[in-house]
Amino acid sequence: MQKFDRHQGLVAPLDRANVDTDLIIPKQFLKSIKRTGFGVNLFDELRYLDEGYPGQDVSQRPVNPDFVLNQPRYRDASVLLARRNFGCGSSREHAPWALADYGFRVVIAPSFADIFYNNSFKNGILLITLDEATVDRLFKAVEANEGYRLDVDLEQQRITTPEGEILEFGIDAFRKHCLLNGLDDIGLTLQDDAAIREFEQKHRQARPWLFRDTLHVEPQGEAS
Amino acid sequence: MAGQTLYDKLWSQHLVKERDDGTALIYIDRQLLHEVTSPQAFEGLRLAGRKPWRLDANLATPDHNVPTTLLERAEGNTGIKDPVSLIQVQTLDDNCEAFGIEEFRINDARQGIVHVVGPEQGATLPGMTVVCGDSHTATHGAFAALAHGIGTSEVEHVLATQCLLAQKMKNMQVRVEGTLGAGVTAKDIVLAIIGRIGTAGGTGYAIEFAGSAIRELSMEGRMTVCNMAIEAGARVGLIGVDDTTIDYLWDRPYAPRGEQWDAAVADWRELVSDGDAEFDKVVTLDAAEIEPQVSWGTSPEMVANISGEVPDPDAVDDETVKHSYTRALSYMGLAPKQKITDIRLDKIFIGSCTNSRIEDLREAAKVAKGKKVADSIKLAMVVPGSGLVKRQAEAEGLDKIFLDAGFEWREPGCSMCLAMNADKLGAGEHCASTSNRNFEGRQGYGGRTHLVSPAMAAAAAIAGHFVDVRRLDAETAGAAQPQEA
Repeated sequence: MQKFDRHQGLVAPLDRANVDTDLIIPKQFLKSIKRTGFGVNLFDELRYLDEGYPGQDVSQRPVNPDFVLNQPRYRDASVLLARRNFGCGSSREHAPWALADYGFRVVIAPSFADIFYNNSFKNGILLITLDEATVDRLFKAVEANEGYRLDVDLEQQRITTPEGEILEFGIDAFRKHCLLNGLDDIGLTLQDDAAIREFEQKHRQARPWLFRDTLHVEPQGEAS
Repeated sequence: MAGQTLYDKLWSQHLVKERDDGTALIYIDRQLLHEVTSPQAFEGLRLAGRKPWRLDANLATPDHNVPTTLLERAEGNTGIKDPVSLIQVQTLDDNCEAFGIEEFRINDARQGIVHVVGPEQGATLPGMTVVCGDSHTATHGAFAALAHGIGTSEVEHVLATQCLLAQKMKNMQVRVEGTLGAGVTAKDIVLAIIGRIGTAGGTGYAIEFAGSAIRELSMEGRMTVCNMAIEAGARVGLIGVDDTTIDYLWDRPYAPRGEQWDAAVADWRELVSDGDAEFDKVVTLDAAEIEPQVSWGTSPEMVANISGEVPDPDAVDDETVKHSYTRALSYMGLAPKQKITDIRLDKIFIGSCTNSRIEDLREAAKVAKGKKVADSIKLAMVVPGSGLVKRQAEAEGLDKIFLDAGFEWREPGCSMCLAMNADKLGAGEHCASTSNRNFEGRQGYGGRTHLVSPAMAAAAAIAGHFVDVRRLDAETAGAAQPQEA
């Protein structure tokens, strides 16, 4: 996983609540068996004026000029400012894959959906939860000031605005540790290999029916 | 000390290790796999030279991409005309074969939507932890299993370690007390709950559904309710074990038998919240007040009673909500204060992991029996949740009722719930759908989804517009007097 320690980037405002993962990456693009290449179809239905399909040459498609990411001033944005309940709906990890592939490293919102939150941290994207009033203030600042950039420091858990204001944010220690070091969860968990085996053995003894290879098969009696 | 909730019990029964930072390692008993969210996980295993930790914990079936016409299905995988979909289904077959994972392939009678197949096979049991790369894994909580959707990185993690890194959720109880009115179903209960608590109301919580109206539901109804916990933001929906749970599991292929059955049942009986358990949040609904529900907008929280109307954004104070309502009405092509019964439909979809089980098909068939789909409906389709549900429905003659009424009777799969196969809405088309999400574009580019129960979808098919299923006969007979069901 890509490490994340500090990131300075241009902010793009997506002024819409309950952005679902279908909107972030529509279903027709989930047919890919790869983890990369989803960036060109990020927010496909908002970004283009026609219906997209996998493998198409997107440079030939009509672009929606009203969509925020198509406006020249937000072209190189890497910090997405969003509204409440961002990432709700489907568990598709293709959503953070698409955001990362497009170039987003940070998403700031008043709240995120649970599965999307987990998935994003596994892909080197930092999700920052700030209270609704602060997010609202950032929306106004971004819209009023072209070239609005934020400096996000994960180690210090601080965002510095162009005005010099410091916004502190919370994050759980384990996610922070993994992001800072770009750690692979599986490798970490396998260090607990002995504990897993020990648990598994006890679990099997207590509830053997949960293990198909120990299912006790015999002719059926009456229903109890 | 207060007692434990069902969620607390399931959590502690699977806790392998708790780290100082609050992150825990929990053991996973069952992983269900399908073609869309697994290929990158298998690829990850290969790249790292890893093997699945425990093969018998996994069960796979293709569902999202499979075509649903008999003609296409007769050809097996080669009947999948979209080459990209075909590769994805074949990749699942190849991965399962290479790693030794049991799979119900496209033309196996046991194939179907993972969340229909797992319970039907008894592969979902009370007291299990169940995961799947699909948010509707919450469905399995109807069996008092701790079940939730995960992303593909987590699918790979579970394959490799049989564990998941997790943080304990908070406990919410949603009590539905009293008796449902005639014609009101599990789907209406859960839509009413989402309408009440909102699409993020359950974020961070495991929701346990309780109360007399929930106890009265069949397992099919309970699965419908738990399935949509995620639409209220909760990854986990749960219902405690009772006789209904145990009776359903008897004699299922993957369920224990003989002495093990007795031991299992004794263990399962404990899987209820203690009487003195404390919940972080409790919400109560009166079942008698729930009417048939219809979603009017582009989020599952945007629901109304069938007797109600589309809201007026100008009457809303919260700017964010006003904004969402305005955008939703524009996308849906609806006017403020329009009556729900005035919404005309183009297509009808009865199916999905929410409502494609035998009981759902029976409810829809009961409404459709002896009637005809309105001429204005371009397509009305019924898609059973599995090959076994289809077989059962045919044995009961339900297919004939649907076909006689003018519905199409299809082969099992996710179908138009998310339109990854050829079953989709055209731009601007309104669909009465028994699925779970009414997001923009979900059922097809520009498509307009209205979430309803199977009975309400069937009634809408007959009338050509939404109608209170309890008054369908009076409406179609042109009678002015509402008729009691």
